[in-house]
Amino acid sequence: MELIVIFISASIVNNFVLSLFLGICPFIGVSNKFSSAVSMGLATTFVMVITAMVSWLLYFKLLLPFHLTFLQIPAFILVIAALVQFVEMVIKKVSQPLYRALGIFLPLITTNCAILGLALLLVMRDYSFVESIVFGLGSGAGFILALSIMAGIREELELRDVPKAFQGAPITLIVAGILALAFMGFAGMI
Amino acid sequence: MKKKVTLWYEFFKGVWDINPAFKQILGMCPTLAVTVSAINGIAMALATTFVLVFSSLIISLVRKLIPSQVRIAAYIVIIASFVTIVDMVMKAQFQELSKALGPFIPLIVVNCIILGRAEAFASKNTPFRAILDALGNGAGFLLALFVIGGIREILGSRTLLGFQVLPNSYDPMIVMILPAGAFLTFGLLMGFANAYALRKNRKVAETNIFKYKLEREKLKATEV
Repeated sequence: MELIVIFISASIVNNFVLSLFLGICPFIGVSNKFSSAVSMGLATTFVMVITAMVSWLLYFKLLLPFHLTFLQIPAFILVIAALVQFVEMVIKKVSQPLYRALGIFLPLITTNCAILGLALLLVMRDYSFVESIVFGLGSGAGFILALSIMAGIREELELRDVPKAFQGAPITLIVAGILALAFMGFAGMI
Repeated sequence: MKKKVTLWYEFFKGVWDINPAFKQILGMCPTLAVTVSAINGIAMALATTFVLVFSSLIISLVRKLIPSQVRIAAYIVIIASFVTIVDMVMKAQFQELSKALGPFIPLIVVNCIILGRAEAFASKNTPFRAILDALGNGAGFLLALFVIGGIREILGSRTLLGFQVLPNSYDPMIVMILPAGAFLTFGLLMGFANAYALRKNRKVAETNIFKYKLEREKLKATEV
């Protein structure tokens, strides 16, 4: 039951993009085509789940017992950077079609603040190992949801007559604002 | 070419011409997340500026020592060290602010403004110019965060920097201090900034055409 609550909270109620403002850069940058938005979301979810596991082990099994918690920030960012590289290599070896679908998005994920934010949040909230994995899955699902809704709306926007000054980022932000309003409706769920 | 860029412009370009938030559209996450009130925005911008200035200085000093293949990793380690300093100082001295900003202080590490300036400027210029550039970009970021935070605070809770500025008869727009308000405010501001720039460009273009016509007529007059 606890795990379901964490999943729903991370994916819908406290959506990473629309209520915690994590991962705005890819949200604005990669949301102009539905297919690439879904690929980016899947790649991010993948890295999120692995990051959740690795950073939990790193923090609670290495940094905490040896009183090295002040190294948290450099340690997390280095681990994430290495992890993304590693995931990229593994995918390239194991599955060529998957690599071609996710390939260009993987390096971008290193500087995605949703990933580091996830690692920091799970430490702040003191999740257990299993809870961390569910939290990673939920956050990823929420990211895919927000990104694909946005991409759908932006494909429609292409055909509309948006004032010149508002084309691109400004109209995307305004649409995101309206989406955030809609997502607030879930606030009473938990 | 490089000599021509004055030291003043090295600073000022970051404030206006390439304002990190409005023109480069970098560092969106903190811009949107912490601007619930003007004071939070200022604190966030100052923390970012501190990291930006010192990491730019160090990166500029060691720019000839770092092999270009591993430069990004080296930059990230340098940036992460300064972020750790800021995080610890904030936790020790300004607990309330530190709580209000939450994970966004550690997240300065992945703020694209810092890595962006390191890659685009500090790694190619002398330390003094790098500091000026960092200060300018920091000031531009401060300006953006203060404006967005100020608007949201005034409309959402009637106050600015904690002082009441709107009368009690004004009903606060709760939506402004919720996440949706951040997106709407920033989107509208960016749109208006674009509209202003477009109008200015059109005026410049019109005056240029006018001048061109005048010259043509003068030429014709002399020909006759």
